[in-house]
Amino acid sequence: MSLLDLSISELGRGLRAREFSSVELAGEALGRAESLDGRLGSFLRTTPELALEQARAADRRLADEADPPALCGIPIGHKDVLCTRGVETTAGSRILEGFRPPYDATVVARLARDGAVVVGKMNCDEFAMGSSNENSGFQPTVNPWDEERVPGGSSGGSAAAVAARLTVAALGTDTGGSVRLPASFCGVVGVKPSYGRVSRYGVIAFASSLDQVGPLAKTVEDAQLVLSCIAGPDRRDSTTSPAPVSDLAGALREGVRGLRLGIPREYVEAGLEDGIKAVFESACRWLEAEGAELVEVSLPSTEYALAAYYVIAPAEVSSNLARMDGIRFGPGEPQAPSLLEAYELARNRGFGPEVRRRVALGTFVLSSGYYDAYYLRAQKVRTLVAQDFSRVFERVDALISPTAPTPAFRLGERTHDPLAMYATDALTLPANLAGISGLSVPAGFTAGLPVGVQVLGPYLGEAMCLRVGAAVERAADVWRRVPAGFDG
Amino acid sequence: MAELQAVIGLEVHAQLLTRSKMFCGCRAEYLGLPPNSNTCPTCLGLPGALPVINRRAVEMTIQTALALGCRIPEFSKFDRKNYFYPDLPKGYQISQYDLPLSLGGHLEFEVDGERRSCGITRVHLEEDAGTLHHAGEIHTAKFSLVDLNRAGVPLMEIVGEPDLRSPREAPQYLRALRQLLLHLGVNDGNMEQGSLRCDANISLRPRGQRELGVKVEVKNMNSFRSLEAALEFEVRRQSAVIESGGTVHQETRGWSEVEQATVSQRSKEEAQDYRYFPEPDLPPLQVSRDLVERLRGALPEPPLRLRDRLRDQHQLGEEQAALITERPQDAAYFEAMVAAGAPPRSAANWQLGPLQALCKDAKLDIEHSPVPAVELAALVRMVEAGEVSGTTGREVLVEAFAMGRSPVDLIRERGLIQVSDAAQMQAWVDGAILQLPKAAADFRSGNDRALGPLVGAVRKASGGVANPDLASRLLRERLGRGGG
Amino acid sequence: MVAHLSRLARLGLTDAEMEAILPQLRAILAAVDRLQEADVSGVDATAQIGGLYDVMRDDQVDPGLTAEEALANAPSHEAGLLRVPAIQ
Repeated sequence: MSLLDLSISELGRGLRAREFSSVELAGEALGRAESLDGRLGSFLRTTPELALEQARAADRRLADEADPPALCGIPIGHKDVLCTRGVETTAGSRILEGFRPPYDATVVARLARDGAVVVGKMNCDEFAMGSSNENSGFQPTVNPWDEERVPGGSSGGSAAAVAARLTVAALGTDTGGSVRLPASFCGVVGVKPSYGRVSRYGVIAFASSLDQVGPLAKTVEDAQLVLSCIAGPDRRDSTTSPAPVSDLAGALREGVRGLRLGIPREYVEAGLEDGIKAVFESACRWLEAEGAELVEVSLPSTEYALAAYYVIAPAEVSSNLARMDGIRFGPGEPQAPSLLEAYELARNRGFGPEVRRRVALGTFVLSSGYYDAYYLRAQKVRTLVAQDFSRVFERVDALISPTAPTPAFRLGERTHDPLAMYATDALTLPANLAGISGLSVPAGFTAGLPVGVQVLGPYLGEAMCLRVGAAVERAADVWRRVPAGFDG
Repeated sequence: MAELQAVIGLEVHAQLLTRSKMFCGCRAEYLGLPPNSNTCPTCLGLPGALPVINRRAVEMTIQTALALGCRIPEFSKFDRKNYFYPDLPKGYQISQYDLPLSLGGHLEFEVDGERRSCGITRVHLEEDAGTLHHAGEIHTAKFSLVDLNRAGVPLMEIVGEPDLRSPREAPQYLRALRQLLLHLGVNDGNMEQGSLRCDANISLRPRGQRELGVKVEVKNMNSFRSLEAALEFEVRRQSAVIESGGTVHQETRGWSEVEQATVSQRSKEEAQDYRYFPEPDLPPLQVSRDLVERLRGALPEPPLRLRDRLRDQHQLGEEQAALITERPQDAAYFEAMVAAGAPPRSAANWQLGPLQALCKDAKLDIEHSPVPAVELAALVRMVEAGEVSGTTGREVLVEAFAMGRSPVDLIRERGLIQVSDAAQMQAWVDGAILQLPKAAADFRSGNDRALGPLVGAVRKASGGVANPDLASRLLRERLGRGGG
Repeated sequence: MVAHLSRLARLGLTDAEMEAILPQLRAILAAVDRLQEADVSGVDATAQIGGLYDVMRDDQVDPGLTAEEALANAPSHEAGLLRVPAIQ
């Protein structure tokens, strides 16, 4: 038994009751990372000095304040795409090796404001491009439930570290499923907020119109506490919604009685592994038993969503990564014989194969003569995908489906087949195209591997997602299970 | 072969006089700052940083577009223009591609007193790049150096239609545009320092032919003179190519001040492909009709109309009216002087003559003149009324300007008000004739030039306050040459 | 095609890298061609979700970075300026 097995509210009670201090809690997280992460590779770097400083400050607040924030003193990990002032931030890419941002991402600043304690920067696929974490420029992360398998990506370090109890919670980013997929593969909760619900300021961009920061945590409530802290408008990100954040905590206790939940036919009719199907069907039965009405719905444009995604995301990334030129930051090639070579050497050495592929693809779909056939058309298909969701949300309160068609796959299994890798996100990426809310919640296991259920809610429907997710969590009752070798 | 005709269109980039940059809170004023001391994560293009639109820059652009008679569409957006260059930190410039803030206007200008009009294709908004310096000689330097203080300064692009037909028209168009921007208060008009920049497209075609010839883009002209010179050079160069049976290549050429020639800029190894797409970090703009009407209502009087009005209202000369309306602060100063009772023509003379010279020497803008319009108007009134001489007035103005004092106060303090009292004058006149008998004799016998020293003697005896006109009249009478 | 893209995106791919990436790009583009089957007649393009318009800030100066901070991550600089191989 470790303190890291406890939920945030349990830890909060212990901290307030002085059963343990934030310094002790951070020390335990860092100690576990020290002794166990050699196997996992979930941290790119731990931040002991920062953690100690923040934990001490948190302990003072816990002693002084009548009502300290729920996250005060709680250890948290930041996916390495989040800029942390003075702390190396690489986005999992060699091209950013040594980059110490002079500023904090808004989400990082908000967590710090509430007293959360940063224990480290979490590994991820390079610039968040990948579904397995094998595209990290530094090291792969493995799945704590089976170290031969991937943790999912791209927020694989965040998910694996939460599952293995190396941190209490972590932030990830979800562009096509990068929070929900690793959450499902590692047996933790992962939330993808609606586009614009959480600030992207200081988040190293993958695809600007799809990226959202979201929490990974052991429980739905933990995820809600982190989300409540980071959500809301930010004057530095013009795409954040000005709408106030709804009562997310209240949603957890409402239950699902009387809700109509849709099951998208296109998500369940083909390609699901049997074990996944079985876990999903039991989740459906629990929800019905809790009083929800389940109906089949159709999202007919789903068949085009993957294609649209793999035009829009690469197009945006080809432009977003243009600033990685080795002039203002990164190792660079300042001694190259010419300017052109300086660019090309820095970028060729700095970018891994998947990044090169997507940058090349994105450059192609935006280039003159191809824009209309690819980019413009993909944006129109995006409209169709969004309209599908709007239409069904007139009839149902939320959608449920498996998060992924399979459980965690083996390391190396899909690295040589980009298309097979891309298909991993088939059930998650439509939500990013439409900008709606979603989460993945652990619902059971198949052959010892966790299986997540995806809940999709309307735009700014985070409360609905959490409400349904909490019901699945209660029925599944699996969140206290710890991967073998990481318990105690 | 038919005579060749030039077809010219100008693209003008104007930095906007906002306080902060286009997409971040850094200062828009960057000149004279230590290198790279005016940046933030956004304009430095650091990973994760995001742009936020400066409302004032949008308003200034719309206002300029309205002054040019452009349409303001209800929907507009920003796009990314992708290319690699060390002065472009993000690897893309945020600009406007297919839905600019404004479309379709025109600019009136004059060539040799004849009014012309040139179409305006569009006015849009973008961000400026940083500046590059070369370590050592440009052609042998091993390194270039980048300063990003300018990166992200709001830049308005005014694209003109190819309506100009001779190099002579180009600087006149640009002058009129510059004057308009000055009157709108959106740009400082400084071409030398690059806050106002001009590129030109020029092609030739046989007169009477409808299709356009091959277009050459010319850059690096940083004065009206170099703009005209570069275009004249291109006309000669392209004519020679065509007349010798060759074809003009579509290319970009730079004006070299040293060589007084345009030089082909090293041809790029591939055609530029900017891969424009909508800027996903910025929601689009929906320009409300209320805003458009509010900005339209706040437009100043168009410079040409202001010039004509002042000319007609105050019987100014053509050139005088043009000079007094060159910049809005000039016109404002002039109108304030007139309002304070100064006769308009004298007011203009004093302003354009002595005052402007003083301002120029002191490197002060007229709006910050230590002698405000009301004070100068009072001085001009005294001169006109004969209470002080023009010479004294000018001398006092110099001192008042230097001391930041009122010229009229100085005149009163020093007792410089001209004496026109006949008895007092008579005494000084008699004194002068006694003092300069030879001059008196010469004048009496018809030598007009001898009057000067006599008047001088009167002035001297009076301590400078004798009214010189009265003095010469009395001297004439005394010496028997009264009545002309 | 790959050579052009490599140059345009400054990827500096070697011949071997271009040879490896070409079939992958072809396969992805073939899959993406599914888009051509979708009926998008009369459909508007979606560039952004959220329906926001006119998000602007007031024209105010905010403190930024010092020159030292601005250059702290640069691999090469001289006299306060970023240094790159000469532009010719």
